[in-house]
Amino acid sequence: MSIAFDYTRSLGPVLSRFMTGLRDGRVLGGRTADGRVHVPPLEFDPLTHEPVTDLVDVSPVGTVISWTWVDQPLEGQPLSRPFAWALIRLDGADTALLHAVDIQDQDQIRTGLRVRAKWSPSRIGHINDIACFEPGSTPGDISDMSPGEPVKIMTTPIRLHYRHTTSDEEDRYLRALADGRLIGQRCPACRKVYVPPRVCPADGVAPGEVVDVADRGTVTTFCVVNVPFAGQRLDPPYVVAQVLLDGADIPIPHLVLGLDAGDVRMGMRVAAVWRDRSEWAATPVNIAHFEPTGEPDAAYESYAEHL
Amino acid sequence: MSDVAIIGFARSDSSITTSGVETLVPVFEQALAQAGLGRQEIDFWCSGSSDYLAGRAFSFVNAVDAIGAVPPISESHVEMDAAWALYEAYLKILAGEAETALVYGFGKASAGDLSRVLALQLDPYTVAPLWPDSISVAALQARLALEAGLFSERDMAVVAARDSGVGAGELLGQAYLRNPLRTHDVARVLDGAAAVVLAGGERARRGRADRSRPAWITGIAHRIDPQGLGERDLTTVPSAALAAADAGFDGEVDVVALHAPFTHQELLLRAALPDGRQVRILPDNGQAMFSAGLSRIGAAAEEIMSGRAETAAAHATSGPALQQNLVCVLAAAETTPEAER
Repeated sequence: MSIAFDYTRSLGPVLSRFMTGLRDGRVLGGRTADGRVHVPPLEFDPLTHEPVTDLVDVSPVGTVISWTWVDQPLEGQPLSRPFAWALIRLDGADTALLHAVDIQDQDQIRTGLRVRAKWSPSRIGHINDIACFEPGSTPGDISDMSPGEPVKIMTTPIRLHYRHTTSDEEDRYLRALADGRLIGQRCPACRKVYVPPRVCPADGVAPGEVVDVADRGTVTTFCVVNVPFAGQRLDPPYVVAQVLLDGADIPIPHLVLGLDAGDVRMGMRVAAVWRDRSEWAATPVNIAHFEPTGEPDAAYESYAEHL
Repeated sequence: MSDVAIIGFARSDSSITTSGVETLVPVFEQALAQAGLGRQEIDFWCSGSSDYLAGRAFSFVNAVDAIGAVPPISESHVEMDAAWALYEAYLKILAGEAETALVYGFGKASAGDLSRVLALQLDPYTVAPLWPDSISVAALQARLALEAGLFSERDMAVVAARDSGVGAGELLGQAYLRNPLRTHDVARVLDGAAAVVLAGGERARRGRADRSRPAWITGIAHRIDPQGLGERDLTTVPSAALAAADAGFDGEVDVVALHAPFTHQELLLRAALPDGRQVRILPDNGQAMFSAGLSRIGAAAEEIMSGRAETAAAHATSGPALQQNLVCVLAAAETTPEAER
């Protein structure tokens, strides 16, 4: 599965000027009380703890002070062909900046090499406005960007990929779903039946006996979703309820549909509506939603423990 | 104020599920058995893990299932190696708020692409958006040290040879992974978990079934260096040296367990930490994310609990390029004389 989020960060006074500078094709360093120029700039002076306010232009040309070589670039990195990472001390700066160096092969990069910023043709006020560095001892070409408002916000998309590994119990549960069955497992200590089966959160022990539970049960509590959100599959308002399946000791969350949201109530008896068998896989999505059975409501005492 | 000792340790070098729960249950059982405590006798639980590793929000809350939180427990968490959770638990006992604590770390690094995940611990404005992978960042540090003449690639290979049994010469014949790092310079990343049981004064002195003795914490401290990779001299580890000084580590111990995810980092740490008599270095078999540092402390404690050593020191690191360092000094003998207790 892939997880992605666009991190949107406000920049504050120092980084705002730094990123605005990059958009305008300038590299700014922050001068601290000891006279040192830091690139990227620090927001606070590490010695005096005062805010850094003295930002000065440094050269887009600098010297490699350390490097390594990437044969197979990873997703998100500045270059998609083999490249070098380098710590680069720009002329006029006292600290080094980390960035990529676009160079043919690793025989051509060395400590002491002179490199210059290669500017991105369209700049927005982001560290990626420097597309990468390249060999050179004079500033490179730069497209004019009409100066605009100071950059206050930067957005960084983050995208990560995972392969989740299920436990034996989850595996058994998902396989049962693929057969149209719901199972739970009983805690050997407190005898409660957990659906889905899991290590008992009360006793901290692995679950035991496998128990079939019904695909019908009682609404213990519910909420009406009125707020639209990205990726929403139903039109609000609709109901997400906790359903205590008959034979289980813990409710599962699911949709309750087939009636007005305003008519769903605690204690209502509901049954699973399975999707067409041809669509089944090892997933809880096999149950499309729950619908009322028309049975009389369950007595409050029968589910009070689960609220 | 009470002295604090380690009285139980267990680890697992595999992780069954992404949540860690199934891995932690037996690790807790082993550590508690060694400590001679039941889970309901633990006053404070503290963990180290990362949501970015697990790929889900509040993953440490899910892991609480492994504890069994009925009746309710007192619990805390650090988004760092669990060695720092141990520090928190140590303070909790010193402060008199707990008599016993169980500290645990867990992670399944293989669930995602670890070298990309670790890029996200870098500065979120000027560094992380470039996605510098963790091995590349370490390689930049290694080159600085090599070119400063602090050690050679052969010295790095010798470190790897000690733990792997393969000759340094043979290792040096391998291609670079991230120049100047070769595969053997990078600790094998493991999925895993570890747990350490702490107890204060009286509680630690009670006899245990396996007759193991407590490993008393005589000093523990942690320090941090600036986060900007260009802001510090990457060939030195001031935070490790300061943590060692604060923890009272003078190098005069029987055995040392270092947490070095890369061979050059072990060499940098050995240069930063006090040089004592010829100490035994405890080999490490891999880097289990978010529990490796805690495991180093546990392994050093195990040396004392088992009687193989009288004094020991352990080191843990967290963050990029040895940014954060913790030193824990352990002894079989209590620091507070009996008359003063």
